Amino acid sequence: MTDLQFLTWTRGPGLDLAVAVFLLGVLWRLIEIYTLGRKKDLAAPRHAPGASGLHTVFRRSLPPPGMLKRSPVSYIGGYVFHIGLAIIVFLGAPHVLLIKNLVGVSWPTLPSQFIGLTAVVTMAAMVLMLADRINKPVKRFLSTFEDWFTWAVTFLPVLTGWMATQHLLLPYTQMLALHILSAEILLVVLPFSKLFHGFTLFGSRWYNGRVNAHKGVPV
Amino acid sequence: MSASLEKGIHALKEVIDAPIASYFESCVHCGLCAEACLFHTETGDPKYTPIHKVEPLRRVYEREYTLLGRLKKMIGLSKPVTDAELDEWQELVYDSCTLCGRCSLVCPVGNDIVYMVRKLREGMAVSGHAPAGIRSATKNTVESGGPMGLKWPAVANVLRKAEESTGLRIPVDQEGAEYMVLLSSMEIVNYPEYIDALAKIFHKAGISFTLSSEAYEATNAGIQIGSSDLAKVIVSRIVDAAEKLKVKNVLSPECGHAYMAIRWEGPNLVGRPFKFNVVHVLELLDDLRLKGVLTMRDKLKDPLILHDPCQIVRRGGVLQAPEPLIRQVAENYIPIADKQKLNWCCGGGGGASAIHTEAAEALRATAFRIKKRQIEEAGVGTMVTFCANCRITIEEGFDHYEMNTKLLGLTELLAAHLEA
Repeated sequence: MTDLQFLTWTRGPGLDLAVAVFLLGVLWRLIEIYTLGRKKDLAAPRHAPGASGLHTVFRRSLPPPGMLKRSPVSYIGGYVFHIGLAIIVFLGAPHVLLIKNLVGVSWPTLPSQFIGLTAVVTMAAMVLMLADRINKPVKRFLSTFEDWFTWAVTFLPVLTGWMATQHLLLPYTQMLALHILSAEILLVVLPFSKLFHGFTLFGSRWYNGRVNAHKGVPV
Repeated sequence: MSASLEKGIHALKEVIDAPIASYFESCVHCGLCAEACLFHTETGDPKYTPIHKVEPLRRVYEREYTLLGRLKKMIGLSKPVTDAELDEWQELVYDSCTLCGRCSLVCPVGNDIVYMVRKLREGMAVSGHAPAGIRSATKNTVESGGPMGLKWPAVANVLRKAEESTGLRIPVDQEGAEYMVLLSSMEIVNYPEYIDALAKIFHKAGISFTLSSEAYEATNAGIQIGSSDLAKVIVSRIVDAAEKLKVKNVLSPECGHAYMAIRWEGPNLVGRPFKFNVVHVLELLDDLRLKGVLTMRDKLKDPLILHDPCQIVRRGGVLQAPEPLIRQVAENYIPIADKQKLNWCCGGGGGASAIHTEAAEALRATAFRIKKRQIEEAGVGTMVTFCANCRITIEEGFDHYEMNTKLLGLTELLAAHLEA
């Protein structure tokens, strides 16, 4: 298989397969989780301002009082790499073009130099988070194969994408094909790993907010 | 697989619902919950990370309810939860978890971890992996009425003494009273002055009240051990008595877990909403304060801090009453940084104070360092709280560290300074 054939495969059948697994996987997992349902709370509710499922969905995006000081790397590193990933995926020109080809909608993009810089900052934050996972006793203790694996699966598309645009190490065609392949692996892994938190965290925050709002506690 | 383990696993399968599934799927192993748990912050041991405490529940969830887990189970890649494992987890689910719920407040993906621990206890209890101390407290409550084995004649005796010391009548089994008063054994035995305080306040406010000779104990060890069946038996006693006496309200004592049991778990245990209101004593007192009935003769001058019991405040929702009440009676109340719903547990809730093994007691003493620090940082010699179980635990902590800090109960403090 030549470089071009490889690239053609990743952009054609490879992409179709990855997107299909991703979409069906997400749908299956959401059904699997949320059709389990829950019992109605029969205790008379207490109402309090700021206490609801929706409040908690938003409130949990910020560190609760005192927590930033206790774990600065988790919060700052976490913000930087999540926001970085979102900027790259949703505001990088080639990605918006891909989305346009897939679903037909598009929006303005950011200059490639800015995206490149964002990629470097994102990777730095991810490396910092990895170091923290190795260093901090609690994180190391909790970590399983999945934690290291999903880190790599998330890191590789950023690295290969950045290297392709910077023309580093491998010829552009080859690196681009590797980049697309790594993104496809990410799509396939996402619904079946902890990366699925990107979908379930809204439900989790809502349930927590709702259950505690019933008792009049904004959480 | 032993019959009891099978029952335990079955119980765990039963309790897994959409929130629990969503929580497990959302966890990214960030470890932030450890920073909210006093058993971790004070020992530094990673095994006390809250989400790790529910690992057996996660395993059952994965094997029984997820596509990948079922596949892994089929080809033998995932191991079933064993008796040995649950035995190992007993310390994590009971000794080192007071169901304080602070972890549920900080998880960035929103996991309500204490909700999961409470559900895991259902499986632990059925499979015979609950600690002996909580088991005997539960047995006592079911058989004799209270966790300490206290029976009505002894309670009636304490009530008579309260009548003598206050000169006020304390009605028993009186139909149609506005409030049916519940107590906790700890109050009856260790803090009978709570009963005097209530009698004074009710008489001053002109509110009718009664005790029931059939249901006087509010604590529910069935919930702490994690057995909904036993918890239902215990709570039904109160519901039956309140409905028989046709009271408008049932007054929960200061005791935090008692309040949680009757106010929030109660209707769900009996399977229907109550025909009466459940009111925490502080809610009643704050209401009386707002009506101008709770006027003070004088105020306490000592600088003091407040310990907000988890089950009443963070988990129970009585958020606004404690501070105005303490300000009503104390001139030098000092608000601390982690107060109200962010307060740190005393270390003895959730049944933990009933576990008397050497290891559990040593762990509680270590966890207590956080309260010690709060007191020292505020530079006060007095702490006020409103939960009999917190009081026992805190007094044990004071003894252990040879602190000469004074500990006061809020209701009694208010009664002591009440204008005649």
